[in-house]
Amino acid sequence: MIRASLTGLLLRYTTALIFIAVLLYFGAQAPNFLGPESLANIVKQASFTGVIAIGMTFVLLTAGIDLSVGSNMYLSAMATSAILSNPAMQNAPGVTVAILAGLATGVVFGAVNAFCVVVLRITPFLVTLATMVVGRGLGTAFTESLGIEIPDIFAKFGSWSLFRAPDASMGNPALDYLVALSAALTALPTLTFALVVVCAYIVLSRTQFGRQIYAIGNDAEAARKAGINVDRVLFAAYVICGLGAAIGGVTLISLIGRLNQTFGVGREFNVITAAVLGGTSLFGGVGTALGAVVGSTLVQAVQSGMTFIKVNPYLQPMVMAAVIFMAIFIDALRTSRLEKLRRRMLRAD
Amino acid sequence: MTDTVLSIRDVGKNFFGVTVLSNVSLDVGRGRVLGLVGQNGAGKSTLMNIVGGNLRSDTGSMEIDGAPYSPASAREAEHRGVAFIHQELNLFSNLSIAENIFISAMPRGPGGLVDRRELRRRTASLLAEVELDLSPDTLVERLSPGERQLVEVTKALQLDANIVIFDEPTTSLTPRETTKLFALIRRLREAGKAVIYISHILADIENLADDVAVLRDGRLVEFGVRADLPAARMINLMLGRDIDQLYPPHKSVAEPAVLLEARALSLRGVIKDVSFSLQRGEVLGFFGLMGAGRTELARILFGLDRFDQGELRINGQPMRNHSAEGAIRAGMAFITENRREEGLMMNASIAENIALASLTELSNLAGVIDGRTLVERAGDFATKLQIKSGAIGATPARSLSGGNQQKVVIAKWLMSRPVIFLLDEPTRGIDVAAKYEIYSIINDLAASGSSVIFISSEIEEVMAMADRILVMRQGEISGEFTRDQFRKEGILRAAFGEQEKVA
Repeated sequence: MIRASLTGLLLRYTTALIFIAVLLYFGAQAPNFLGPESLANIVKQASFTGVIAIGMTFVLLTAGIDLSVGSNMYLSAMATSAILSNPAMQNAPGVTVAILAGLATGVVFGAVNAFCVVVLRITPFLVTLATMVVGRGLGTAFTESLGIEIPDIFAKFGSWSLFRAPDASMGNPALDYLVALSAALTALPTLTFALVVVCAYIVLSRTQFGRQIYAIGNDAEAARKAGINVDRVLFAAYVICGLGAAIGGVTLISLIGRLNQTFGVGREFNVITAAVLGGTSLFGGVGTALGAVVGSTLVQAVQSGMTFIKVNPYLQPMVMAAVIFMAIFIDALRTSRLEKLRRRMLRAD
Repeated sequence: MTDTVLSIRDVGKNFFGVTVLSNVSLDVGRGRVLGLVGQNGAGKSTLMNIVGGNLRSDTGSMEIDGAPYSPASAREAEHRGVAFIHQELNLFSNLSIAENIFISAMPRGPGGLVDRRELRRRTASLLAEVELDLSPDTLVERLSPGERQLVEVTKALQLDANIVIFDEPTTSLTPRETTKLFALIRRLREAGKAVIYISHILADIENLADDVAVLRDGRLVEFGVRADLPAARMINLMLGRDIDQLYPPHKSVAEPAVLLEARALSLRGVIKDVSFSLQRGEVLGFFGLMGAGRTELARILFGLDRFDQGELRINGQPMRNHSAEGAIRAGMAFITENRREEGLMMNASIAENIALASLTELSNLAGVIDGRTLVERAGDFATKLQIKSGAIGATPARSLSGGNQQKVVIAKWLMSRPVIFLLDEPTRGIDVAAKYEIYSIINDLAASGSSVIFISSEIEEVMAMADRILVMRQGEISGEFTRDQFRKEGILRAAFGEQEKVA
C-alpha cells in the first residue's frame, strides 16, 4: 500500500520534482543561473510561452491538438507590425488598432482551424499541420521574408514594468531578488499572462462551457448524447487557442522590437511541452490553467539554463526534444499508473 | 388508450441498405409503463434512438401531446420532454456527479458563473430521490457500475421529462439497486409520466409494465395491455416460433487431464488463496455477486493483471507474471464482459474483427496479410456462428446488434483455436435465441476438447451449463459444487455468505 501510494505521489508531483532537479542542476553548473536577474528573466520569458500554452490547454482538453500556434503568432504579430509601420498609425489610437488587428488575426486563424476540424471533420493534427505550413508561407510571401522594425511607441510596452529594477545591486541579496522578481512579475507581458491565467482558470473551472470542454475530452460521443453542443464547444476551443497564440505573438514582438521571418518557428513544441509538463493529458479531459503556468516556467528554465551553461546551440533543440519526450512519456505513464492505482479493492487486506 | 402523450406513426429506418424498422406505430400513455421487448436486432434500440433524437427516421412521423415531433438531436428531444437512459453509460469519469447531471443545464449565478452551491443542493436532493448516499462532488470514476447507472437515471430525473425511456437499465445493478430502481419507476408512473422500459428480462416487464409492445425483425408484431401477454406469449411473438427450452441438454465430456491449475493464487486487496483445477472438456462455472472477484480472477489467469502469491500452471507449465500474449500462445482466449470497449473494434469490418487474433497465421512469409483469404476464413466462422449481417468484409462491427457482436467476439477467439476459454458474462444483454446459440457453442467447445471457464451472475444459466460450479465471495472461493450437488439455495448461500439471509 505504501509503495503504491508513493508511486502515485511521485507521478502526481513529477513536474515539481523535475523543476527542482532542473534548478539544482543548472545552478550547480552556473551559479549565476540562480541569480536574481536570471530568475526574473525566466519568469518574464515564460509568460510568452505560457499565454499560448493556456490556449493550447483548451484544445488539448478536448483531445485535440494545435500545431499551428507558431505560425499563428507570426501572422498575428505581422498584422500588428504592418499597421504600425505606417507612420500615420504611430500614435495611441493607431497602436490600439494595431493590437486589435493582431488579436483578430489570431482569432480568424483559430476559426479556420476550427472550421476544418468541426465542419470538414478533418483530424486536428492534419488540419493544424497544414495551417502551420500555410500560415508561415503566407507570412513569408507577404513580407518577402524581410524583417519588420517595430516603432518605439509599441516596442516600449515589452519592457514596461510597474516596478523598475535599478541597474546596480542594492547590496543585500534578498533585496536584489525581491526587486528583480517584482519587476519581472509586474512587467507588462507577465501581467497580461496573469490576466489570461485568471480568466482561463475561471472559464475552465467555473463555467458550464469549461466543464463541457472536460466532458468532450472524456467522451465526445457521450457528450453529444448528453445534449452538449459539441461542435460549438470545439469551435470555441480552437478560436481561444488562436487568440492565445495572437496574444503571445503581439506581446513578444513588443519586447523583441523586430519581426523576423523565423518568429515563432518551433514554438508549438515548447507550448505543447509546457502544457503536458503542467499535467494536461494529450488524451483529453485532464489538465488545468495553472498547470500551463508551471509547465511554461519549467520549459523556460531549461532553455535559459542551456544558454547559461553554454550548451552548443546546435544541440539545444535536442535537449528540448528530450524534455518533450519525457513530458509525453510521463503523461502516458501517469495515465496508466493512476488508472491501476484507482483499481477497486474488493478485499480489505 | 385515453390519454396519449407520445404517438409514433409508421416510423421506418434503413441502415446500410438493410431495413431495421418498418411501419411501426405505437401510442404511449400518460401515467403508464410501456414494456418494449424483442430480440437483439429487432429494432428496439433503433426505435428509441429515433424517439430520443439520436437518429432520424426515414419514414413516418411522431407527435407529442398532439404536436408534431421530429427531433434532430438529443438536445431537442430533451427540450420536448424526452429523457433517454441508455444501456451504455454516458457519463464523464473526470467530472463530479453533480457536473455530470447538469452538464448542459448548470445553475448560473452572477456573471454567468456556475452557482456551485445551488448545483450541489439540487444534486443532493436528486440523489436522495434515488437513495444514493454519495456526495455530489464525488468523481464518477470512483463509482461502481451500479452507482453509475443510478447517476444516469438521476440525470433523466433532473430534466423533469414527461417521457422517460429506460434501455436495459438493470444490467449492472445489484438486486437491491434494482428494487430501488423499480420503486422509482413506479413513482414516475404515479407522477403521470410516460415510461418506456426496454428489457430482455421478461419477469421485470411482467412486474412493471402496463402495456407491452413486441418487435420482431423491425416490425411491431403485438401491442396490447400486459394482462393479455404472459411471458410465454411474449417469447413466442419475439421469436416468431415456439421455443420449447431455454438451455441445450447438458452432457458432461470432461476428461481427467488437467489443463489449468491454480494453487493459492492471491493478489493483495483483490483475490485470496484461490485454488482450483480445470479439466479437458470441462465447463467450469464461476458464480458470485458483482464484485466477488470473478472478473479480476479471469484477468489474472489471462495475464492482464499480475498475482503476488501462489502458483498458476497451464498445460503443466508454470506461469509467473505472464502477459496476455503468453496466455494466447498457451492456447487461452478471454471473452470479456465489456464487448463494446474491450472486445471489438467498432469501426473495423466484421471480418477484420474475427481475424484479429489470428493475423500471424493469415500472413505469408513476408508478413503480408492476404485480404481475400482473411475474408474467406472469417466467413467460415461467421457462417458457423450464424452471424446475421451484410457482407462481412465491408460491414462495420458497430452496425451489428448486441447478440451478433458477442458472436463476432467469440468467432475471433474460435479462429485462433484456443483450448481454454474464459467467458465473462457471455450472455449479458442478449436475447433468448442468441443466448441459446451461445450455450450451444459452449457445449460444442467442450465436446471438441476445449475447457471453458464460464463466469455468470445468472444462477439458472450456470446450473444448466456447468459441470462444476465454484462460488466466489470477497475474492475467495466460498463453495464448490459438482453437478449432483447443484441446489440453488446452497449456491446462493455460498455467494452471500452464511450470515446474510438468502434472497
